[in-house]
Amino acid sequence: MAEFCHITVVDREGVQSELDVPTDISMNLMEVLKGEGYPILATCGGMALCGTCHALILEGYDELSKRTEEELDMLDTLPQTFDNSRLCCQIHVQELPEKLTLELAAIED
Amino acid sequence: MKEIQTDICIIGAGPVGLFSVFEAGLLKMRCHLVDYLPQPGGQLTEIYPKKPIYDIPGYPTVLAGELVDNLMKQIEPFNPTFTLGERVETFERLENGEFRVGTTGDTVIYCKVVAIAAGLGCFEPRKPVSKNLELFEGKGVSYMILDPEKHRNRKVVLAGGGDSALDWAIHLADIAGELTLVHRSEEFRGAPDSVQKVYDLANAGKIRLVLNSNIASLNGNGVLREIELTDKNQQSTIIQTDDLIPLFGLSPKLGPIANWGLSLDKNAINVNTETYETNVEGVFAIGDINTYPGKLKLILCGFHEGALMAQKAYEYVYPNQKLSFKYTTVNGIHSF
Repeated sequence: MAEFCHITVVDREGVQSELDVPTDISMNLMEVLKGEGYPILATCGGMALCGTCHALILEGYDELSKRTEEELDMLDTLPQTFDNSRLCCQIHVQELPEKLTLELAAIED
Repeated sequence: MKEIQTDICIIGAGPVGLFSVFEAGLLKMRCHLVDYLPQPGGQLTEIYPKKPIYDIPGYPTVLAGELVDNLMKQIEPFNPTFTLGERVETFERLENGEFRVGTTGDTVIYCKVVAIAAGLGCFEPRKPVSKNLELFEGKGVSYMILDPEKHRNRKVVLAGGGDSALDWAIHLADIAGELTLVHRSEEFRGAPDSVQKVYDLANAGKIRLVLNSNIASLNGNGVLREIELTDKNQQSTIIQTDDLIPLFGLSPKLGPIANWGLSLDKNAINVNTETYETNVEGVFAIGDINTYPGKLKLILCGFHEGALMAQKAYEYVYPNQKLSFKYTTVNGIHSF
């Protein structure tokens, strides 16, 4: 397990920022990003039920655990998803690789 | 126009809005609740009715849906009234000091106090990214089916692959003149029973299934006439239709509350923690919608906030009357 994960975040305006996250904390990626002030509503609090932490994993996708049935169910209800779509609340910090690049998915109007 | 006169207008019928009816009722104040969702309970009923909650005092575990049912029962003696399926749009203070609250459904509520218990905002339909979609809203495009009969004998296209899209496809199969279900992926992940029914109806020629496709654009002349679908290979198909109903679930938005002159911090309303009043006198914010130092977004904290809100609201509803605090164990519940 990597001690830190270097995360590059592309926000909804296309602006890129970086953060290093220690991988020994008991949090999920949605909680980390929300805590860092990224605009994630997290309506359901992390139950894979609202889709507001939807992100596209641009780098590091294959190193993460597979999407669960619950996560796929939620993704399936969104108007737009992609092969690299993930719900950040379903990615545990402890499973993060050394490097991850993600793009926050657009919020539908 | 429907006019309602009440003491407290509560915006949002989630758990905190509902329990506030109880606290207000103990102080003989009447409440009217408004919510954009068609049923009370907020996200507990809309998003996770079957999920257990473990931090409601006195309940080692309770399903979110059960908690809402119990709250509805608890507030019954105080006879709250509801406007559901309408969104609060306008808000103004009248010369006599009362508030006038208006909804999208042309309901007007006159009240002495406004309590905003809107959680993360108003649940609004998620919209697909399709060209001209908004141009045809109300002219063929709708995001909810309030009256299925409105679609009788019409050409209808449903979009989406979740339970709601499947359930409505089954329901509309015998009502619509021609029914198409468009889904982005190859298969449906909804309840297996519903999926099977939809395939059966498709085999019987009652539903046309278009899989692996998205709605690229809409066309018409004042009203919707046709939609253009593109498949995974970017091949496009045109379908003639009268109605398009995208069913992609709901997502919360702060909505018009953002323009009411309230002091905001990001998307939350600042309140003082003695009374949970906002910077506007007589307007309170309780539950997940508010913020203050140390704020915890918990249902139990929202209950507390509702109780303190009611104490202060009493001053506006019954000016010059002294409020004496009484326990329910001493006084019981006096319904009205």
